[in-house]
Amino acid sequence: MNLTLKIWRQKGPQDKGQMVEYKVTDISEHMSFLEMMDVLNEQLVAKDEVPIAFDHDCREGICGMCSLHINGEPHGPDRGITTCQLHMRTFKDGDTIYIEPWRAKAFPVIKDLIVDRMAFERIQQAGGYISVNTSGNTQDANAIPISKHNADLSMDAAACIGCGACVASCKNSSAMLFVSAKVSQFALLPQGKVEAADRVRNMVKQMDEEGFGNCTNTGACEVECPKGISLENIARMNREYLKASII
Amino acid sequence: MSGFLSSSIARKVAMALSALFLIFFLIIHLAVNLTSLFSEEAFNQASHFMGTNPLIQFALQPILIFGVVFHFVMGFVLELKNRASRNVNYVKYNGAASASWMSRNMAISGGVILAFIVIHFLDFWIPELNTKYVVGDMSGYIEGTTNYRYYEELQHKFASPVKVGIYVVAFVLLALHLMHGFQSAFQSIGFNNKYTSCVKSLGKWYSILIPLGFIIIALFHHFNH
Repeated sequence: MNLTLKIWRQKGPQDKGQMVEYKVTDISEHMSFLEMMDVLNEQLVAKDEVPIAFDHDCREGICGMCSLHINGEPHGPDRGITTCQLHMRTFKDGDTIYIEPWRAKAFPVIKDLIVDRMAFERIQQAGGYISVNTSGNTQDANAIPISKHNADLSMDAAACIGCGACVASCKNSSAMLFVSAKVSQFALLPQGKVEAADRVRNMVKQMDEEGFGNCTNTGACEVECPKGISLENIARMNREYLKASII
Repeated sequence: MSGFLSSSIARKVAMALSALFLIFFLIIHLAVNLTSLFSEEAFNQASHFMGTNPLIQFALQPILIFGVVFHFVMGFVLELKNRASRNVNYVKYNGAASASWMSRNMAISGGVILAFIVIHFLDFWIPELNTKYVVGDMSGYIEGTTNYRYYEELQHKFASPVKVGIYVVAFVLLALHLMHGFQSAFQSIGFNNKYTSCVKSLGKWYSILIPLGFIIIALFHHFNH
């Protein structure tokens, strides 16, 4: 496959940045998108040009590091996948592909396609945990009765890998799908209920302080989420927040 | 409390509650207007009751005005904040791939509805206030007669094809606004459960039938004038 790539290049956080066009040739349709980027970078290095900086780590859809806004969508046109799971067979020979970083005020660009997602970490630190005694005499988790239904919902919420596709896809750059998944995974379990009120209040407060937009229920986040996190989590977070703030 | 209302979730819940109130109001408004299709007398009686009952005039009407103003002001504030949350836009953004036009353009449909409400107030509400509270004529009669003026006024307002056209376009935008807004209001207040598919179906029917009812009324009086 021969492709034209229009890629965002930005030297650093203060640089203005711009789209730069590249041509890549002989790309195998079996390559992952990131492998195609590797090929491009090898070509750039061979020409003594600065390679394109992009995030990646596990390359098997679990770590949440690979980002990339591809042809107007986070992780490209396929559903339920991260960019490392996107294959070049999704595209056609001769295609022009736009590759941009996540765009949100709360996710400033560090370099090229890499953005700073520490805002998510700070939200997690504000309450995305349970305070348990880990001194060696921790109670066996199986000793606490939990309904299968709630255990499944909690596990579904916990599938969130914190990649930020929800923010990237949302027209408001809202982080509510991410925050609601983290709130839900604990709120649904007995261990998480103890600190549920403080957790949701503090995480929402931190989310607002980071400068994410407000949710208008477009549902784009749910469609673009590589892990299929449901909008039901946002409704649950709204309920948890109202309960914590009013009652 | 001010801290609570400054949070993103509290604001969206406030938007949803004002929306649900306005959704309920539209049913009442349409019910009164529909009488004009079947009976001149029924419409006159209903209009006179709504226009002179002290509870409706001095308690419910101010609440309604507050609801309308609050919904628009809060919607405007949230739109500005949401736009500011993305300081650099995408060169290519395929919003249609993951969300409906209605959900992505609530500010546009809302803005058209706001413009319509201004026209609607100038058409009906302001002259009504003038007649009742400035001129001081609470009789509801056509001047010099003992016949009610409401039906006559209604037909007169829909005589102009341009006016009817504006009304029809506004109601189409209202339908688009409601198609997303109805189910969105329930999601915002945390109502997402086994009944959600019913709420979505109800929302679709509501968002088509209510504006359609208003369109039929406008066209009926235009062609029967």
